[in-house]
Amino acid sequence: MMDLALPMSLILAAAMIAAAVMAVHGRSLHIAILAAGSVSLFASVLFLVLAAPDVAMTEAAIGSGLTTFLFFFVLGRVRGGDDD
Amino acid sequence: MIRRVVAVVLLAGLGMVFAGLFVGYSPDAVLNLTADYYARNTAADTGAANIVTAIIVTYRGLDTLGEVTVLFLTAAVVALVLRRDSSRGNPAAADHRPVGELLQTGTRLLVPLIMLAAAYVFINGHLTPGGGFQGGAIAASAVLLMLLTDPMRRFSHRLISRVESTAGVVYVAIGVLGLALAGGFLDNRILPLGAFGELFSAGAIPVIYSLIGLKVGAEFSSMMANLSETEDT
Repeated sequence: MMDLALPMSLILAAAMIAAAVMAVHGRSLHIAILAAGSVSLFASVLFLVLAAPDVAMTEAAIGSGLTTFLFFFVLGRVRGGDDD
Repeated sequence: MIRRVVAVVLLAGLGMVFAGLFVGYSPDAVLNLTADYYARNTAADTGAANIVTAIIVTYRGLDTLGEVTVLFLTAAVVALVLRRDSSRGNPAAADHRPVGELLQTGTRLLVPLIMLAAAYVFINGHLTPGGGFQGGAIAASAVLLMLLTDPMRRFSHRLISRVESTAGVVYVAIGVLGLALAGGFLDNRILPLGAFGELFSAGAIPVIYSLIGLKVGAEFSSMMANLSETEDT
């Protein structure tokens, strides 16, 4: 397990950085929101690899689930009102 | 140009701080005193199979009460700031585009399952990873999914605040009961510890964590509902 944890952590960390760059430089807001959510998703898998399942569940539920939904919800509201 | 240089310099400094920490890091060979106590005595003290839950709910129960209070205050401030003027009425910004068939049907299928998963997570908090905070967040995501499907849906604030306040009051009452019947505030041994690893075991931990789950779920849901009910103006 130990010899597997290190390469997996490195891969997940690289994926997190790639997703974060995509979130900042993404072409559309939708892709940026999805990329920001996947940063949290990779982080929660990383917590699982590092043997912290409780933290992983919190991260997956709040960081990846709730905030992604919330961003989409707010995006829908902003598009709904044509003022801005 | 100058801003970019400053940003790069700041990032390099931060990287050097982290690099210093990383180079100087060596994993502990043995657990420190507190962790050692938890690892050895949690099962005998509290009867909970999940040590993390035992620490959160009993050993550090007061901190958890504080966390729940902070979350409650956040929800209250959100409600205060976004309070809707009911006198103005709601002319229903009905120009929302109808959502797709896929989302509607999917929501009807998924919401009960998500709620079930949330209840499972917080009832089994003392046996498996997860617990009140995770379960509450999962329940709130089900509420948010419903709002995503039908933005004009209205939830009963009365029901949400009843659930929230009842859970909070019972949580504190259990804590005080621990003071009277067992070793101290939020002691879980007011109920029999039961057989290790069973669903009904670990004294009051499942009760407390289920209450926290209801409370957190209600708080998040009220935030979502308030956000959704703000006027477009």
